[in-house]
Amino acid sequence: MSNITLVEAINLALARAMEEDESVVVLGEDVGLNGGVFRATAGLQSRFGAERVADTPLAEGLIAGMAVGMAAEGLRPVAEIQFAGFAYATIDQLLNHAGRLRHRTQGRLSCPMVLRTPCGAGIHAPEHHSESPEAMFAHIPGIRVVYPSSPSRAYGLLLAAIQDPDPVVFLEPSRLYRRFKEEVDDDGTPLPLDKAFVVREGTDVTFVAWGAMLREALDAAEELAAEGRFAEVIDLATLKPIDFETVLASVKKTGRCVVITEAPRTCSLASEISANISEQALLSLLAPVERVTAFDCVTPMFRLEEKYMPDAARIAAAARKVMEYQ
Amino acid sequence: MTVAATFEIRFTRYLQPDGREAADLPSFAADPRALVPDYRAMVFMRALDAKAVAMQRTGQIGTYASTLGKEAIDAGIGGVLRKEDVLLPSYRESGVLMLRGVSPHRTLLYWGGDERGNVFPESPRDFPFNVPIGTQLPHAAGVAYAMKLRREARVALAMCGDGATSKGDFYESLNAAGVWQLPMVVVAVNNHYAISVPRRMQSAAQTLAQKAIAAGIACEQLDGNDLIAVRDGVGRAVEKARTGGGPTLIEALTYRLSDHTTADDATRYRSAEEVAEQWKQEPILRLRSWLHAKGAWSQAEEQALAKEAAAHVQKMVQAYLETPPPGPEQMFEHLYARLPRQYAVQLAQLAEETERDVEHHAG
Ligand SMILES: Cc1ncc(C[n+]2csc(CCOP(=O)(O)OP(=O)(O)O)c2C)c(N)n1
Repeated sequence: MSNITLVEAINLALARAMEEDESVVVLGEDVGLNGGVFRATAGLQSRFGAERVADTPLAEGLIAGMAVGMAAEGLRPVAEIQFAGFAYATIDQLLNHAGRLRHRTQGRLSCPMVLRTPCGAGIHAPEHHSESPEAMFAHIPGIRVVYPSSPSRAYGLLLAAIQDPDPVVFLEPSRLYRRFKEEVDDDGTPLPLDKAFVVREGTDVTFVAWGAMLREALDAAEELAAEGRFAEVIDLATLKPIDFETVLASVKKTGRCVVITEAPRTCSLASEISANISEQALLSLLAPVERVTAFDCVTPMFRLEEKYMPDAARIAAAARKVMEYQ
Repeated sequence: MTVAATFEIRFTRYLQPDGREAADLPSFAADPRALVPDYRAMVFMRALDAKAVAMQRTGQIGTYASTLGKEAIDAGIGGVLRKEDVLLPSYRESGVLMLRGVSPHRTLLYWGGDERGNVFPESPRDFPFNVPIGTQLPHAAGVAYAMKLRREARVALAMCGDGATSKGDFYESLNAAGVWQLPMVVVAVNNHYAISVPRRMQSAAQTLAQKAIAAGIACEQLDGNDLIAVRDGVGRAVEKARTGGGPTLIEALTYRLSDHTTADDATRYRSAEEVAEQWKQEPILRLRSWLHAKGAWSQAEEQALAKEAAAHVQKMVQAYLETPPPGPEQMFEHLYARLPRQYAVQLAQLAEETERDVEHHAG
């Protein structure tokens, strides 16, 4: 057991996977000697060599496309895209190839690749470095999308993503990279890729969140508890597929739900979750499902990012709204 | 087998690192005093850059990409472009922008996390700072296409780094510029690093300039630490483009004397000896040595310039600090020509939250 940050947990899982499976290779910009701009791959090149931890030329389309080729040929590539804002160029490869290689070849070829990228605002980064594109990835058939929110879940989910036989987009909340530590047991145990986690139990309202927003949801739950209202908080963790069993069981218990995402509102995953709850738990609802999202704006530069992203106050306000609904 | 084609890549340099002349100078350099404005601009750039780094360290701006070492490239390009031309910069081109007339306090606003850093009232057709690597290059082809379509004697000049030359956007743009003989000049600033990745790991090509050959367009490599070489090479390319001669790729050799940005620590991937060696090549000292030797620049002028630059920097810092903070509604401004009425709900939510914040802070 060691008490480590989320980015250290990523590093630990990568090292573990590389240790246990020779076919695991890491590729991306600055992942080698530099150890990644967030240090997620620190030390890996000196330990596993420059062939298995490769700095690529600067080209995201190349990185994603090479990962497809490597994976089809039996390697387990873990590609890093330096920031989610630069992953848009990978969507061609993910959508046209990674997600459909298995289907197009009717099972003859497959694509067990992982594409990792840091996501989200709140770190005072330059323009284009604070994006939340999770819904764009979740829209792609044939791939999985994972978004951990704590060191231990990052560790177990990344191991699972690397072992999974299909392509996985693995989103990492950069705001939580070093925000807090957690005990992580480096025992190589993967976590399921289709299970949400109830991280706080409650009776009055269900919060569904992922990534950095989970911390805001927990803070909001704390704020409400002081008012005698108890929120159940779910870390969705895997955004595709979504564990609706866990979400629906909670909503059936509480009768109210607030879904939180850092992404712009329109066509966000919050909308998807809300729609599913309406379809499957309408009669359990005591109030309409509330979506707490960012505005439908270009992710602003950092002077305004606090006003853009949902925070505990915005979540608590939505929770009060659903609780006072008649 | 016979030879299907042969190519050669020209390299231009006029000043050696110690300021001695390496070749016969182009005519614009016949009177050394004519290059004093460029020299002054380079000194201003360096002073502004040092201040920006210091302001990041004290939390007055966010992450900042230093221009240290590329002043000759920025001054040379700024010097040969005309007002009606269009500059398509990367994020590291605040020096050229200054010469385009853009007030340097915009650079501080940009890295200070404020969209108003991309408002260039003094050079309104220029493109904003560009962070997604290489994506400005197809824009340059589009800008140049528009100029050509309208038969205008204007030029689109795009700048990018050595890392950017690995992107499809780079090849695609050069290729298109060749097909249509666009009035486009691309200056690839080869500072030998893309963050930690050295130039040799971007490409096995002997020069980056030669990437133009595959696109069938003109190219040239030049010493980017030599102001005269930059002015000469870029000047020729720009005039060629302006007069219907088609596009050019210029590889300007320099060295990133700073960390990649203030968020980087270059000691992780390069040695102090390597950097020290490169300081001997730097552009300001080189030009000053030449100007001194020519009797075109005195110690007294140098001292006066240092004072002047410091005062200018102070003024820019002041202008930055005195810019009122952006209101939250800035997020919704200029999002569309007219904000769709459907946004009313979100605007109302923002107003409500802003009011709550104000009350919260007051109470
Ligand atoms: C498409 C894209 N990928 C990755 C990044 C992250 N990044 C920022 S600067 C940089 C290196 C750029 O190197 P180069 O093109 O040589 O320009 P320099 O910074 O040296 O001026 C990288 C990888 C980015 N901004 N855009």
